[in-house]
Amino acid sequence: MIKTDIIIIGAGPTGLFTVFEAGLLKLKCHLIDALPQAGGQCSEIYPKKPIYDIPGFPEILAGDLTVNLLEQCKQFEPGFTLAERAEKIEKSDTGIFTVTTNKGTKHQAKVVAIAGGLGSFEPRKPQIENISFYEDKGIEYIIKDPEIYRNKKIVIAGGGDSALDWSIFLANINAEVTLVHRRNEFRGALDSVEKVRDLKNKNKIKIITPAEITKLNGKEKLTSIIITKDGEDTELAIDHFIPLFGLSPKLGPIANWGLDIEKNAIKVNTFDYQTNIPGIFAIGDVNTYPGKLKLILCGFHEATLMCQSAYRIINPGKKYVLKYTTVSGIDGFDGTRKEAPKSVVQAINK
Amino acid sequence: MSDVKILITDREGQLHNIEAPIDMAMNLMEVIRSYELAPEGTIGVCGGMVMCASCQCYITSKHRLPKMEDQEEAMLSEAFNVEDNSRLSCQIPITEDLEGLELTLAPEE
Repeated sequence: MIKTDIIIIGAGPTGLFTVFEAGLLKLKCHLIDALPQAGGQCSEIYPKKPIYDIPGFPEILAGDLTVNLLEQCKQFEPGFTLAERAEKIEKSDTGIFTVTTNKGTKHQAKVVAIAGGLGSFEPRKPQIENISFYEDKGIEYIIKDPEIYRNKKIVIAGGGDSALDWSIFLANINAEVTLVHRRNEFRGALDSVEKVRDLKNKNKIKIITPAEITKLNGKEKLTSIIITKDGEDTELAIDHFIPLFGLSPKLGPIANWGLDIEKNAIKVNTFDYQTNIPGIFAIGDVNTYPGKLKLILCGFHEATLMCQSAYRIINPGKKYVLKYTTVSGIDGFDGTRKEAPKSVVQAINK
Repeated sequence: MSDVKILITDREGQLHNIEAPIDMAMNLMEVIRSYELAPEGTIGVCGGMVMCASCQCYITSKHRLPKMEDQEEAMLSEAFNVEDNSRLSCQIPITEDLEGLELTLAPEE
């Protein structure tokens, strides 16, 4: 059981900045995210794209913003549960929430902040008959342990970076890789395309384009697939089929937590971004209220206000007043202290 | 002139006759969102970066549209429910050439 002051669901920019603001109030945070890394959309979808509306940064790459936010909050020692999706929430009679992930990891806190953006990123699944039957029985949408593919017959479908990168990686661990794509052109980093071409020329990757996987066969597990190219079907015996068509966000289990949902977002009040369940807040792109704008900078504001109420829930009756970091400095939970240098007070003419 | 008329059939099959401003640097996806013709979070998910296909639409009139760039073509090659007249609406800027354009929103993936 992981115990903390605030459980933050979603490790995107809003979630990461919450750690900082909570830290100033001496509250400890633990983040849960379905992705294997922090940063949310900024690191998963557009790390190399510039953002122009972060105050004080005329231009910053989304990936660099994530790095900076991690650096800014690191002295408050956030905990992370990554590559797990928050699945279930329970509230005890004493007002303590327990959040359990799809892998069974339990987290406990008095306050939950949902900073889930557009939701957790789920793989886009191709529309092939019986595909759900073969999931984890020869079909994987996300590669967790590449070693299981060593010396196996693999078909990868897709035309983007992940299809190219995994084809290269798996070919290099001696998997027998066939890459199938609906078009002749691939959308990926130039060097990935060249590497795949090189591996194809060395007969280490087979490429079938323009083609589609149209049928799956196998009694208990996947044993073969039908590839349709130019209207002709070919059966191919395989061990694994890995469709890599990208990820799309889904609100997921949070939608069933009893929260008021409107337009695929969680309704909050604008005093402190609390939801209809006291103790559960929703901040950033995941929430909605009159006048809502889905901007990172609005998420930062919402996180800051939310932490004030979180403090009052966690420390009822305990006095506190807002302090400026320039004046009071920052005391990290790791023992570090940041503060403005003292002014020199000295006579110049003696 | 600062508006063009566009006919949009939403995912439920309902026809909307809308007016889109040509002087606000908007694209078709943004116009669809501004009229809330599809629920938030189901269209323009990536914000118009050509990184998802949630704003796919089918162009049903014979307008001359800006040519598809490589990125759009590649994204559509990975999308579902693609037809010959599929376009990503985020890649179509609103200009006076769109007067009378007719389109249908592709189903949600």
